[in-house]
Amino acid sequence: VRRIAVVGASLAGLRAAEAVRREGWDGELVLIGEEPHQPYDRPPLSKELLRGEWAPSRLDLRRGQGLSELALDLRLGVRAVSLDARERRIALADGSQLDYDGLIIATGAVARSLPFASGLGGVHVLRTLDDALAIARELAARPRVCVIGAGFIGLEVAASCRALGVPVTAVEPQRLPLLDKLGEQMARRVAELHRDHGVDLRCGVLAQGLLGGDRVERVQLSDGSSVEADLVVVGIGVQPATHWLRGSGLALEDGVRCDATCATSLPDVVAAGDVARFEHATLGQSLRIEHWSHAVEMAGHAARRLLGGPAFTTPFTPVPYFWSDQYDVKIQFAGSLRSDDEVALIEDAKEARKLVALFGRAGRLTGVLTWNRAPQLVRYRRAIAEGMTWAAALAQARG
Amino acid sequence: MKGIVDFEVCQSHGLCMQSAPEVFELRDDGFLYILQENPPESLRGKVQTAVRECPTGAIKLEG
Repeated sequence: VRRIAVVGASLAGLRAAEAVRREGWDGELVLIGEEPHQPYDRPPLSKELLRGEWAPSRLDLRRGQGLSELALDLRLGVRAVSLDARERRIALADGSQLDYDGLIIATGAVARSLPFASGLGGVHVLRTLDDALAIARELAARPRVCVIGAGFIGLEVAASCRALGVPVTAVEPQRLPLLDKLGEQMARRVAELHRDHGVDLRCGVLAQGLLGGDRVERVQLSDGSSVEADLVVVGIGVQPATHWLRGSGLALEDGVRCDATCATSLPDVVAAGDVARFEHATLGQSLRIEHWSHAVEMAGHAARRLLGGPAFTTPFTPVPYFWSDQYDVKIQFAGSLRSDDEVALIEDAKEARKLVALFGRAGRLTGVLTWNRAPQLVRYRRAIAEGMTWAAALAQARG
Repeated sequence: MKGIVDFEVCQSHGLCMQSAPEVFELRDDGFLYILQENPPESLRGKVQTAVRECPTGAIKLEG
C-alpha cells in the first residue's frame, strides 16, 4: 500500500489532504494533528470566539460535510516529533512510527511568548482554540486588558475588547501599528481607528517586564511608565513549527525551504502554509506568508507537486492576500509592499471608513489596500496579477 | 450544477469573484450577486475553487 502523510491538521494540512484526494490519490492518506480538535478555522478566534458570539463548533473547517468522504486515517492529539528522511519515517509523540511514500509538511507556526512571562497567571498568547477560550473566559470578568504587540492579532483582540466594553491598552514597539505591513500613511489611519474606539495605544515603546503575585498586575514599559492590567494578551508574532525537523536533513531557513514549485530539499516531501518558505518566481524573492488564503492556495499547489513529482514544474506565484476585521472595517490587502513604494490614495471617505490605496514600484502596480471596498480589492488584485503598469493603474483610477 | 451562497455567513471578501467572475459578482454596494444560478458544466472547476477559497465557507456546490 502506498501512503501519503500530511503533518499538521489545520487549514493548510486539511486543504492539502482534500487536494490529494481531488487529484485522484486512492492510496492511504494520514492526517496528523497535535491539537485534539477536528481541523478548525483560526481567523474567528480573535473575533467572534473572543467576543463569545460563536460556539467552537462553528469553526469546524468541514462544517456540514464531515471528514468521511476523504477516507482519512486521522490522528489527532498526537505531535510529530521527528523525521527520518532516509527511511521515510515519522516518529510520533505517542511512541508510534509512521512510514510514508509522500509527505506534506503543514505544521504551521507557534506563537512567540515573552521571555519574562513565565508562570504568571492572566498572560496568554492567541494561536489555538484553547488559547481563545481561555482568554474569552477571563474577558467575562471584565478585566483591564493590555495587548502586547499591535499587529493583526493584537489589534483584533483590542477591537474585540472594545466591542465588549472592556478597557484596553495596546503596546507597540514601532512608531505606528502595522507600519511594516501597510506603510506610514495607512498605519497612521489604523492608529486613528483604534484611538477613535477608545484604545489606549502606546507606540514606540517595548514591554519590558510583567509584575504581579500569582497573576499579572502591571506591565512595565521601556519609557519608564507602566500599565495596570489583569489580563495580558501577547501578540508578538510566530515562529514556524520546524523544531521536529531538526536533524532530518531537510533544509530549514526561517521555515521549511521550498523551491518555486513547493518542493522541499528532499524528494517526495513538499510543504505548505505558515511553515513553508518558498521562492516566488515572479517577485524574485523568498517568502514565508502567514495568511489564510495563502495556506489554501499553497496547499493545493503542494499536493499537485507531490503527486506530479519532478515533472510538475508549474511555479507557485500567488498575489498574496490578507484581511483583518477591526470594528466595522474590513481591511484587505493584496500584493506586496515596501517602505519606499509609491502610494496613491484614490478613494477616501473618512466618515464611511472606506478607502482605496494603491502601491507602486518600478513602474508597476504592486499592491492594493482597501477599507470596506472589497470590489476594488478584487479588481486591483487581478490587475497586479496581470502586470498592470503604475501609470495605467492611476489612469484607470482617475478615469 | 448549482452554486449556493449562505448570505448569513458571507462577509463579502470577494474572492469568489476572482475565481469565477462569470458566476459571482461583488458590487459597489458591498453585496454579492449570483449571476448564474445554474452555471454550465464548463465552469465547475472555477466554482469549486471559489468554494474552497471562500474565507467564511459560505459557498456550496450542489449537483
